Amino acid sequence: MDLISAERLESMSSMEKIRLILSKVKRGNIVVLEMGLTPEEEVKLIEMTMTEIRLDEFSGIEIESYPVKNESTFLNKILGKSGIKTRMTVIGPANQLRTIEKDKYQISTKVSVGD
Amino acid sequence: MSVIRSLKMNFAVWIKWIFGKKRARIGIYGPPNAGKTTLANRIVKDWSGIETGGISHIPHETRRAMRTDGVIINANGSSIELDIVDTPGMATKIDFREFMAYGLEEEEAKRRAKEATEGVIEAIKWLENLDGILLVMDSTEDPYTQVNVTVVGNMEARKLPLLIVANKMDLPKAAPSRIKAAFPQHPIVTISALEGSNIDDLYVAIARHFG
Ligand SMILES: Nc1nc2c(ncn2[C@@H]2O[C@H](COP(=O)(O)OP(=O)(O)OP(=O)(O)O)[C@@H](O)[C@H]2O)c(=O)[nH]1
Ligand SMILES: [Mg+2]
Repeated sequence: MDLISAERLESMSSMEKIRLILSKVKRGNIVVLEMGLTPEEEVKLIEMTMTEIRLDEFSGIEIESYPVKNESTFLNKILGKSGIKTRMTVIGPANQLRTIEKDKYQISTKVSVGD
Repeated sequence: MSVIRSLKMNFAVWIKWIFGKKRARIGIYGPPNAGKTTLANRIVKDWSGIETGGISHIPHETRRAMRTDGVIINANGSSIELDIVDTPGMATKIDFREFMAYGLEEEEAKRRAKEATEGVIEAIKWLENLDGILLVMDSTEDPYTQVNVTVVGNMEARKLPLLIVANKMDLPKAAPSRIKAAFPQHPIVTISALEGSNIDDLYVAIARHFG
């Protein structure tokens, strides 16, 4: 499992993030993003995944994440922050992630080996 | 006097024509097998009498977006003209072996898988060209999937209207309340696209949200 820190994610462009995620997942790794993707990045990731699918080699990805939270708190407004927060996201090769429990505050994911 | 009045009249008609023209291009989105095409067919047939797309219990039946223009819906005393785009089911993974499990031959399963990946891309491309969407979910399934979250997130980011359709309410395992709990910030209409139950509520909601 590979954890990509929020700091590292913030320094990357959308395309860099997507390429990094896909290259790791295609090699069979499970990637944990400390800070999730934006909806636009998510949809781009799905699109890129579709172009990378190869019969018998790579059948796609599994993503577990939470919707974008818009936290327009008083402090965020004063600091001029956009207030768009995304939550932790787990991405892995298709059929390897199975969520056993997911609620607003936590994701626990069971990783099953093989099929 | 009457000239001015008729000018005023014309102006009012003109304003209504420009700003009151209720026409919207609506995409029907959702995971494979949710009932998007069944719903698209029902809407188009109810209001224009035409028969349209193919339906199957095998996922990824629709692999090209199907567009039907100029469907006029009258509900709640208002009228709206819709261009309806029935999109291929969105997924993050596509495995041809899944289709073989439905009894397709390997060759056909592989072709279907290839076309399905292209279909997902086409559905994504259409997101940029819409005025609003109907997000169709199978009420017997877990609503909290990446596809649903991603579609909802994109509509919110674009500030476009979104109406969630909790489909297959006729099935005993249907639990539309789970959909409400997962996406409380959006309007939901519970229907059976197959049997037509509550379909009039959907038309009222469409007129309200996209009109
Ligand atoms: N019980 C029940 N079955 C439904 C309903 N709506 C659709 N179905 C069935 O669900 C299956 C899939 O329907 P489609 O309309 O092809 O679904 P779709 O979302 O267009 O699927 P793709 O094009 O593959 O993404 C078919 O077997 C339909 O008969 C419903 O309201 N109730
Ligand atoms: Mg379809």
